[in-house]
This record gives sequence, structure tokens and C-alpha cells, in this order.
Amino acid sequence: MTLQPPLAIEATGLVKSFGKTRAVDGVDLTVRRGSVYGVLGPNGAGKTTTIRMLATLIGPDAGSGRVFGHDIVEDANAVRGIVSLTGQLASVDEELTGRENLILLGRLLGLKRPEAKERAGELLEAFGLVEAAGRLVKHYSGGMRRRLDIAASIVVTPQLMFLDEPTTGLDPRSRNQVWSIVRALVAEGTTILLCTQYLEEADQLADRIAVIDRGKVIAEGTPAELKASVGSGSLHVRLLDPEQRLDAARVLDRELGAVTLDADPAALSAAGADADRAAEAVAELTRSDVRIADFSLGQPSLDEVFLALTGHLADASAEHADPIEVEQAA
Amino acid sequence: MSTITTTQAPPPAPQASPTTGADEVAVRTAISSIARPPNANPLSAALAFGWRGMLKIKHVPEQLLDVTITPVLFVVMFTYLFGGAISGSTGDYLDYLLPGILVMSVLFTTIYSGVALNTDLTKGVVDRFRSLPIWRPAPLLGSLLGDSVRYVLAGTVIIVVGLILGFRPGAGVIGVIAALGLVVIFAVGMSWVFATLGLLLRSPSAVLNAGFLGIFPLTFLSNVFVEPETLPAGLEAFVEVNPISILVTASRGLMEGNAQAGDILIVLAVAAALTAVFAPLTTRLYRKH
Repeated sequence: MTLQPPLAIEATGLVKSFGKTRAVDGVDLTVRRGSVYGVLGPNGAGKTTTIRMLATLIGPDAGSGRVFGHDIVEDANAVRGIVSLTGQLASVDEELTGRENLILLGRLLGLKRPEAKERAGELLEAFGLVEAAGRLVKHYSGGMRRRLDIAASIVVTPQLMFLDEPTTGLDPRSRNQVWSIVRALVAEGTTILLCTQYLEEADQLADRIAVIDRGKVIAEGTPAELKASVGSGSLHVRLLDPEQRLDAARVLDRELGAVTLDADPAALSAAGADADRAAEAVAELTRSDVRIADFSLGQPSLDEVFLALTGHLADASAEHADPIEVEQAA
Repeated sequence: MSTITTTQAPPPAPQASPTTGADEVAVRTAISSIARPPNANPLSAALAFGWRGMLKIKHVPEQLLDVTITPVLFVVMFTYLFGGAISGSTGDYLDYLLPGILVMSVLFTTIYSGVALNTDLTKGVVDRFRSLPIWRPAPLLGSLLGDSVRYVLAGTVIIVVGLILGFRPGAGVIGVIAALGLVVIFAVGMSWVFATLGLLLRSPSAVLNAGFLGIFPLTFLSNVFVEPETLPAGLEAFVEVNPISILVTASRGLMEGNAQAGDILIVLAVAAALTAVFAPLTTRLYRKH
């Protein structure tokens, strides 16, 4: 027993209702120390509510949870001492400057004033925010705000960090920066619970993934296991011109069927492709004057995993649902 | 141009330049270079939140203007419009009016405590505060600390305007400071009411509207502008028991050097009662939000 490394998160049967809606309906999670655990699901699946329970912001209606052995209800303050939260809304004060935000958090976490100042300076430097340090956060770009948000979460290094949709609304460049920060955190031993609706993001960062839909975990495993459970491969195409994506989608839909549009605005995928049919489809794209940056034939994407698991598309309930995705594969 | 690989196309390599983005090595160093200090004690947590309130005043000083401009206009307008009619001379009326306007402007400012709290709740930052290992009431007490500074500033603006227009308090500087202190203590009690409102209502503007809806009649139906004896009997009875009238009377007394201890005690008791009821209520609502 004692030789077993303790689990970072151990949650059983978590339930939370708001009025008549069961936002979280019996979620079990087991997260090993030092790993990145992805919680993947569309908007409204119950990801944020799960995080809010584990971060002690709201109490569960039923079920129990432990964070590094501390009960999230009975021992909430001990949990608060070892976790930090980067919320879906940026969890920084927009009416203060970046530097002031970090000093404030340092002081709230028990640093003396000079220590808090020094720590703020160190973090601003590491996160490339020195020039913006004296500006009010409300004038920051989305990417800068996210970086500050994550910096604020490591003013004192947490053992467990909740990252709730850290790249929603970011451009690809800022997204890559956030990803590299997450990798640095992991390399230093922080455990991360990452909620995301971007399947690519979970695939890139997470060691294990729980797919959550309508308040329930519907699948759990490594990214590779999840993909393997779905079967046939896919053709992934990245275009030179994102404007041509709908044209490309029409061609691939005709040639292969089951087209999904990726998070990257220039990329799309089609399921059920073997090498011959994929080659034919790519040739057809070229004949239709769609300019291709690159393409690959690979395992099914997590989009397809989601489709296969739930029978509906991952972002069918999200606000940016796209008409082309009404195509059903299964 | 095109390449075929057997795995899914990799994303662009995470490139971060040290000047415009996060530097991965520096991030790793920053993570490993800090040891967890003992949790902040209740006082230093509350003081840190007080500092946050001060910074907000520093960054947006205009917000003080918002709440003082109306009372300043009232001082000027009422003094010159009604001074002669009500008190025989503008100077006499100013001596009567100014302590009342002081009360009014500081009480207007208390509404903004509720508005600020409500604004906070619509942002993610409160989630972060609530996920910290700090004494639960610290954010509320801290913002109250910042708010008190705001009340003192709002009161000072009115007093300075009064002095410019010719207000000459009989009890001098000490009397004025004592009156301001009493008004601020009462305002702290009132601000708990608006903090509760700030946690119950849905939007900052709803808090603002509800706040003014309450404060306007309470301050106008008092002895801020006119002696209660000049009012119809029913109204006079209300004005006499309105705690704001008693606060105004006590402030006038302190400024003129003839304050009644009884008035001051009533004011302090009302402030204490408001705090006793609404402070625990606010803390409970804030925790559950």
C-alpha cells in the first residue's frame, strides 16, 4: 500500500446538479501523479463543473474526491494549498497590471512583499511579459492574458494544476506557446488536469484521456487506445489557403465521406480511407485547384473517436458547429 | 511538396522566442526555483486585498469623480439657488448643507462596493481567489479596507469644495475629521448591505439601480437639505427617525462643536447592527457563489 505512489486525483461517482440539469452525473477519475490527464468533451459536457468540484469551489451533491489524499470536502483547505486553477474565463484581475496581479497572488500565497515582487519579476521574464508588465491586463491580447494566467498559477508551484480550456480562442502561435508551457510544467513534475474541447490538444499533451459527454465518462484510456478502438484510418489534409476548406470538404465528402473539419482552420480529415482511395482523393483535390500544404494517412483522429463513441460529433452542441459536419460516419 | 507519413501530421513545432513569448527553459527554472511558503495569515491576506482596492482607485481615479460630481453640483446649486430663501444667506445655508452633502456623497459611494463585488463575480478572478488557501472573509474585508479609503477621499472632496465656497466649521479641523470619521464608520455598515445586494443581484447595473433606488429617497427624505419642522407632519415623523438624519445631525454637531452624544451613539449602533446582520450574510453568500 504505502509503496504505491499516491494518486493525484481519485474521484468516485461525482454528481452535481443545477436545478433539473445534472451537469455532472457520476464521474469517476483516477489521475496518476506527474501525468497530464485530458478531460475531453464538447461545451456543456460537465468538464468545468468537474474541475470546480475538484478545486473545492463547489461541493458535490454526491460522490467523493481526493486530491493527493486530501478529501475535497472535509479537507478543502489542504486541497487549496496544493492546487492552482486556470479557469475558462481568465482568472486574473483585468483592472490591475500584469505585475500587480502576480505580486497580489504572491502575497496571498504567503510570500513577503519583497519576495512577491522578486517572484513577479522572475515570472514576467520567463513568460515573455516584461514589456507588458506595467499595462492593465484588460489591454492584453488573448495570448498574453493566458500566459499571465498560467504564470499566476505557478507563483507558488502547485502539485496539481487545473487547466480549463487553456487555448480556447487563441491563435495557433499563442496556442503553441501555451502547449510548450504545459510541457515545461510537466517536465518539472506538476500533475495537470487539462480540460479541452480540442481533440488535437488532448492528443498532443495528455498521457491519458477521459472522454466526457453529458456529465458522464464514456471512454477512458491512452490516446492510442482510444484511436485503436475506433478502427479504420483517415486522410488528413492541410491546405495552403484556409478559404478553400469548404471546397476541399465537398471533394473529400464525395470521394471518401465522413469529413470533419479540424481545429486548425486550414486542416480537414476524412475517415474510412485506405491508401488507394486516399491517393485518388488527393489527386481529385489537385484537379479541383485546391492547393495542398501537406497531407497524411494516419490513425483516426480523436474527432472520429468521439463520433464513434457518442454517435454525435464532438462539437455538435458547441456554438461553432459547422453545417458540413452534419455528415455522420457511423 | 506534399509528403505522406504513416502517422498523423504533427503540429508546427512549438517555437517561442524569448522576447515575445514564453521561454521554455526559463519557465522550467521559474517552476523549480520556488519553495512553498507557509500560508498567508488572515491579516496579511486581508491587507493584500486592501492593496488591490487601492490599486483600482489609482488606475481608475475617475470612478471617484462619478460619485462625487453629483454631490458637488448639489452643494453649488443648492447653496446659490436656495441659500437665500432657506437660511437668509448663502453662507449660513452652506454651513447647514455641507455636513449633509458629505453624508450623501459618502453614502452614494457605498453603492459602488456592491457594484465592484458584483463585477468581480462576473470575472474568473474570484474563482482563483476562492481556490487559494486563505482565510475565507479576507477578500471581503480587504475590499472594505480599500472602500474605506474611497469614502475618505469622496468625503474630502466635498469638504474641500465647501471650504472653497466659504464653509467655515465652528469646531475647526478636529471637528471636521471627527465628522468624516463618523460618516465613514456608518458607510462601512451600509456597504455590507450593498455587498449583500451585489451578491444577490445579477448584474452590476442592477446593483447600481437598486442601490440608488434605496439611497435616493433615504437621503432626500432626511434633514440634508431642509429642517424637518418645515415638512408635513407624516413626513416630518419619518425624517426624524431616519438614521441618515441622525447621522447628519451628529456630523453637523461635530463640525460645529455641539454634538449630542446620544446621536453619535445611535449612529454607531446602527452601523454595528447593519454589520452584524449583513457581514455574516455576505460572507456566506460569497462562499457559496
